[in-house]
Amino acid sequence: MKKVTLTIDGLQLRADEGSTVLQAALANGLYIPNLCNHPDLVPAGLCRVCVVKVDDWKISISCKLPVKEGMVISTEDPEVQRIRKSTVELLVANHPMTCLTCSRDANCELQRVASYVGITQESLKRYRRSVRQLPIDSSNPFFDIDHSKCVLCGICVRTCDELQNINAIDYVRRGVHTTVGTLGNKPITQSCCESCGECVARCPVAALAPKESPISMREVKSVCTYCGVGCGILLGVRGEKVVGVRGDRDNPVNRGSLCVKGRYGFKFINHPDRLTTPLVRKDGVLVPASWDEALERVAANFSEHKGEQFAALASARITNEDNYLIQKFTRAVMQTNNIDHCARL
Amino acid sequence: MTFAEIQAQANLEWEALNNGGRPQITVGTATCGRSAGAMAVVKAFEEELQAKGIDAALVEVGCIGPCYAEPLVNIKKPGWATVSYRNVTAEMAREIVAAFLLGDDPLAKYALGVFGEGEIAGIPNILSTPAFKPQERRVFRNCGTIDPTNINHYIANDGYIGLNKALGMRQEEVVDVMKRSGLRGRGGGGFPAGRKWEAGLKAKGTQKYVVCNADEGDPGAFMDRAVIEGDPHSVLEGMIIAGYTIGADTGYIYVRAEYPLAIRRLERAIQQAHEFGFLGQNILGTNFSFEIRIFPGAGAFVCGESTALTLSIEGKRGMPRVAPRPRTTEVGLYDKPTLLNNVKTFSSAPMIITRGAEWFASVGTEKSTGTAIFALTGKVQNCGLIEVPMGITLRDIIYDIGGGIADGGQFKAVQTGGPSGGCLPESLLDTPIDYDSLDAAGSIMGSGGMVVMDEKTCMVDVARYFLDFTEIESCGQCVPCRLGTKQLLDILKDICSGRGKPEDMDLLYELSHSVHGGSVCGLGQTAANPVLTTLRYFRDEYEAHINDRCCPAKVCKSLISYVIDKEKCVGCTLCAKSCPVQAISGEKKKIHSIDQALCVQCGVCLEKCPKKFSAIACVSPKVKQEES
Amino acid sequence: MTNSIAEIGEAATILAVGTNTTQAHPVLALQVKKAARNGARLIVANPKKIDLCRHATLHLQHRPGTDVPLLMGMARVIVDEGLADMAFIQARCEDYEAFVASLADFSPERVAAITGVPAEQIVAAARMYAGYGPASILYCMGITQHSHGTDNVWAVSNLALLTGNLGKFASGVNPLRGQNNVQGSCDMGGLPNVYPGYQQVNDPKVREKFESAWGLSLSPDPGLTLGEVFDRMYDGTIKSLYLVGENPVLTEANANHAIAALKNLDFLVVQDIFLTETALLADVVLPAATFAEKDGTFTNTERRVQRVRQAIAPRGEAKPDWQIVAELAGKMGAKGFDFSGPEEIMVEIASLTPSYGGISYPRLEGAGLQWPCPDKDHPGTPTLHVERFGTASGKAKMIPLAFRDADELPDGEYPLVLTTDRSLFHYHSGSMTRRVAGLEQLNSEELLKINPRDAKALGLADKEMVQVTSRRGTMTVRTSLSQVCPPGLVSMTFHFAESPTNVLTNPARDPVAKIPETKVCAVRVDKIAQP
Repeated sequence: MKKVTLTIDGLQLRADEGSTVLQAALANGLYIPNLCNHPDLVPAGLCRVCVVKVDDWKISISCKLPVKEGMVISTEDPEVQRIRKSTVELLVANHPMTCLTCSRDANCELQRVASYVGITQESLKRYRRSVRQLPIDSSNPFFDIDHSKCVLCGICVRTCDELQNINAIDYVRRGVHTTVGTLGNKPITQSCCESCGECVARCPVAALAPKESPISMREVKSVCTYCGVGCGILLGVRGEKVVGVRGDRDNPVNRGSLCVKGRYGFKFINHPDRLTTPLVRKDGVLVPASWDEALERVAANFSEHKGEQFAALASARITNEDNYLIQKFTRAVMQTNNIDHCARL
Repeated sequence: MTFAEIQAQANLEWEALNNGGRPQITVGTATCGRSAGAMAVVKAFEEELQAKGIDAALVEVGCIGPCYAEPLVNIKKPGWATVSYRNVTAEMAREIVAAFLLGDDPLAKYALGVFGEGEIAGIPNILSTPAFKPQERRVFRNCGTIDPTNINHYIANDGYIGLNKALGMRQEEVVDVMKRSGLRGRGGGGFPAGRKWEAGLKAKGTQKYVVCNADEGDPGAFMDRAVIEGDPHSVLEGMIIAGYTIGADTGYIYVRAEYPLAIRRLERAIQQAHEFGFLGQNILGTNFSFEIRIFPGAGAFVCGESTALTLSIEGKRGMPRVAPRPRTTEVGLYDKPTLLNNVKTFSSAPMIITRGAEWFASVGTEKSTGTAIFALTGKVQNCGLIEVPMGITLRDIIYDIGGGIADGGQFKAVQTGGPSGGCLPESLLDTPIDYDSLDAAGSIMGSGGMVVMDEKTCMVDVARYFLDFTEIESCGQCVPCRLGTKQLLDILKDICSGRGKPEDMDLLYELSHSVHGGSVCGLGQTAANPVLTTLRYFRDEYEAHINDRCCPAKVCKSLISYVIDKEKCVGCTLCAKSCPVQAISGEKKKIHSIDQALCVQCGVCLEKCPKKFSAIACVSPKVKQEES
Repeated sequence: MTNSIAEIGEAATILAVGTNTTQAHPVLALQVKKAARNGARLIVANPKKIDLCRHATLHLQHRPGTDVPLLMGMARVIVDEGLADMAFIQARCEDYEAFVASLADFSPERVAAITGVPAEQIVAAARMYAGYGPASILYCMGITQHSHGTDNVWAVSNLALLTGNLGKFASGVNPLRGQNNVQGSCDMGGLPNVYPGYQQVNDPKVREKFESAWGLSLSPDPGLTLGEVFDRMYDGTIKSLYLVGENPVLTEANANHAIAALKNLDFLVVQDIFLTETALLADVVLPAATFAEKDGTFTNTERRVQRVRQAIAPRGEAKPDWQIVAELAGKMGAKGFDFSGPEEIMVEIASLTPSYGGISYPRLEGAGLQWPCPDKDHPGTPTLHVERFGTASGKAKMIPLAFRDADELPDGEYPLVLTTDRSLFHYHSGSMTRRVAGLEQLNSEELLKINPRDAKALGLADKEMVQVTSRRGTMTVRTSLSQVCPPGLVSMTFHFAESPTNVLTNPARDPVAKIPETKVCAVRVDKIAQP
């Protein structure tokens, strides 16, 4: 790809032709504050936080500004600073100050932007504070929609449109009353929302937040256990529990995307109904037994039914290694090719 | 039929109407006339003519501008100058028929003036009055003189000549004429129309569109409505010429649904244009085909912004597209090259083609040619629509055409350009009206709203009023406009209610600049203009509100008190009886007093106190309880 | 899949036949929607007006079970209009003439009469598919779960061969596999006729290889397929069954027969993570670990082998399946099962399975590998059949086909056709998803999708409990009046034990693949008499 050279704050950078100034900066490790930008989405230019000065005369947002050879960008020009600071101050003045109890505390793009532009108590005090009082839409079992925290970056709307092509949400009402809502502004579960949670995963604040979001103590890279697409996931673990699932952006299959089952359907793992001990039928009733007892009973029985009297049904749900051993067991130990599984269902 | 045959037929009809020996009565029945009662006047004339057996033509026409005189009736009686009657009622209509049509008394007391050939004693010639003399009727050329539902009237008044001529020119030639005319976009932006047409012609693509912006969202602006209702074919003709020029096959007129009469007039005009071969396949026998569709908008202010408008036509939420972006002439409606102009711009095109670029540029200034239309309102004697050459001063408009400040008041400010415009003080009254001068003064040409304010207007309250509008009408997509206008409004409300803080003026200034510099679209970028200009020209009023809790114009209710002058009060009890909240106490023939804790500052007591006593006064800052 | 998931988004034309992609493969569907959004032509062939139709250029709404005539009709148009890729056919295909001869029966008019799809739509679809390449065909159980499923697959393959849409980027024949490791369990020889890597059990050379590797002699006779196993259980030939991670009580076609077969066993061992409806019938139940509690690999629908990693310890005494099998084999005195872990098992798999020959755990650390991956330096194969097909001649066979209708058609007694599909919110028999409260809230019961016209004729209201009966069984379910089903067609999932859909379905099997016809059976819907 053709490269162009541009200067950002005195630093010469090479950037792909066709990329934007913000992309070029971020790709080169330079932070330009931004809120409504998301690498998966077409730049929208709505938050106006990423303003820069171009060639010493024009103010422009950097997220939609194509790089040009010889372009000179300033991110710290006084006018840029003033506009950016007012914009962020306006957002903060209309945002609840409940950071410590917020699920996105310390992982919040608004916090990041606010601290970068240097919001102070003094400057904020000048503003008329008002936080939108709208009921939280808690109809979805997996996530809540809290409009008071929404910065209207539109990332959720664009995710649902550009990536998911579901269009369950869009802007409703206008001006300061604008919110993200569904057709007819009904609860999200009464829309065509598929609960994939892609918007929740991308929300820069906690306007869209999982109902339960314990922070994991560690994450384990794995593969989703549902359909045959094989999405890469990161299992969030805390103690002995799987507490969350994230899409693996490095996985070539899903590049971070997940569906409702993949993202939220993990609670069966620690479900109290799980079988935790072998069961053996005694007097017509299944009762707990030790592994030794159970396996000996199986071994004894199987030993008597080798060959045609035996069949094994392996599973499309277990690993290759599990399946390999089952077929090996059937063929080598049970001496029959009577092995199949539910591939046809 | 050839165009010449069409013209001949139209001229015949027009001649018969005007010189057929019958009296002709025209009634302005545009929306403005109708709301003043014009339909009842029409009905009265009909009945009266029939009852009296008078053979006269009764024609409904559009609006010629002077709202203060509606309903307006013109009577052209053979042998007489045409008499224009003002504020006509059904009663007066009958009287006029009896006196003037049956008799020879033109009833001078009802007349606004005469025009045309001849004079009538006791009635001034309209065109020589200060209200009309400075005006130059070009876009309004047919408004109020032809029947807008009759295409022959339009054709007989040079209609569709421009189209016929343009179809014989190369597209580049049309662009050239438009460029040389100097016409700038009449929607407010002032972008040179010729250059836009050229960009539309040069844009690549087989599918192109022409869009007419008739959304007219500014409160108090209704000139586009007047043009459509009074002369719909001029807009169609301009669009068809534009379509031919850029190579489009479809045009859309985005007209607000609150203009039902305008929509009906357009529907009728489109149908007639089809019948006459000005629309449809192979227009006037050429290879050019063009259709025009009407798209009623739902009344969002932001949909007047061109990119929001095109999205709205597509059925999407009307929100301005975010720059940097390609121009609408490259990526517009349905992402196709689109030429979007205002009603008045399209209406100007036919006469430019017909009469030439030089004729058009013969009035106006070098950089702003032609005429400008304003909706003149507020505290002037004569409110209404005016069309003036560019370059005329604000003073001429307000004092000559407007007849000066109403009720003997003092001029304080004039606000131009609608809610995004600025408020200019007395010292700038000699500013010429053109795009660049108004811009330099901190205001805009905009859609042509012009509100005159007198000394009883509080400039902080005015800023609050306009911000109230822009805050509600913000589309909500970008932060500076959505939250900036809200913050500005909250601060202005605080100042108006006595809660202003000394640092508020700096914050207003700072925020206004950020809203200007940070917003996505023109509406957001200009939203703070009322704040900036009032801060710039009327800073003392802000200071009085904030520092002294005083509203010098005595408008802001939280900062005023009504007090009774003990010296003057005679105890007539009129004030006490009229007070809606029983805040005034006092026995008959004893001095009354106002309980400031109960008073809601409605001002009724002030009105009721007989002038001969004038015992009640409005004061600011507020007085404490014991002082009253 | 012959091609990769990421390629779908780059296709110029997509033919999605017999797949309700947005519901069953939501993340893969993103690629389809992306392609459509970017201007690709999307042809949806489905008896139902599924969600994907919203994004489609063309919806061919054919009668269930008429996929062969529909696809052959398209092929006929392609041949007649000279749109076939003759260079590709000459270089890489066999039996073209015989195939063309069999198209004689499939004029658009006749196909229209059979399928109910207007002839002009068939022509339009054919022109689209042949005219704008690369074209990708996606199919799923709507193609395979028929008594002539193999023919359906041949018809799909014919179409791709005819237009040269194989062995090229963003083209191909792409079956969407339903379960996370259904590809892998087939690859691993969890089939009665093949060892791992699809090596035939009746090929002596292959058998010798496994005999020498495992150190014993092996049966040369292919075993029984799933449905046949149930038949032999039912008639008492098979006495002992080792059932791992399946719930046939809910998932088997003609479930009542399957239940009777299971009950007829001498000994049933069920190994699962929950006490499923099937486990309740077992003599011994062995607790298995979930995917989050063990290491291993899954192979996805695009043949990508990916690492599954242990996140937490198995619940209670549960163990990974491989370990249970190994211990059981040990108890039975077998050798060759003393693996230290899955990684070591993969070493043995790679040594015996040519297509997995180059696969090892260290190589899977990144994005995994797509088989065939024959040696340790091979980068894997995103697109199959680029140079040759896996036949003896290296050429692909084009298959002449004839129309066979579904095994069971509606009649006076059973006037409606029932087809089965899946819910976005549940998975298979629901043993996992129905234990996730949120998913259960979003979709808590089976719904019989029925066209409002049929409902009206039967006097049924929306959300009314009704009885659905086929020749094999009866069940109750709530209605959902929906335009998704055309008149005459009703549809249900099979996730809900309370409304066991598979008591109704037809077990009639495809003669080759032995797959049951769960996509078409005749049913009757009755009002439940008020007490």
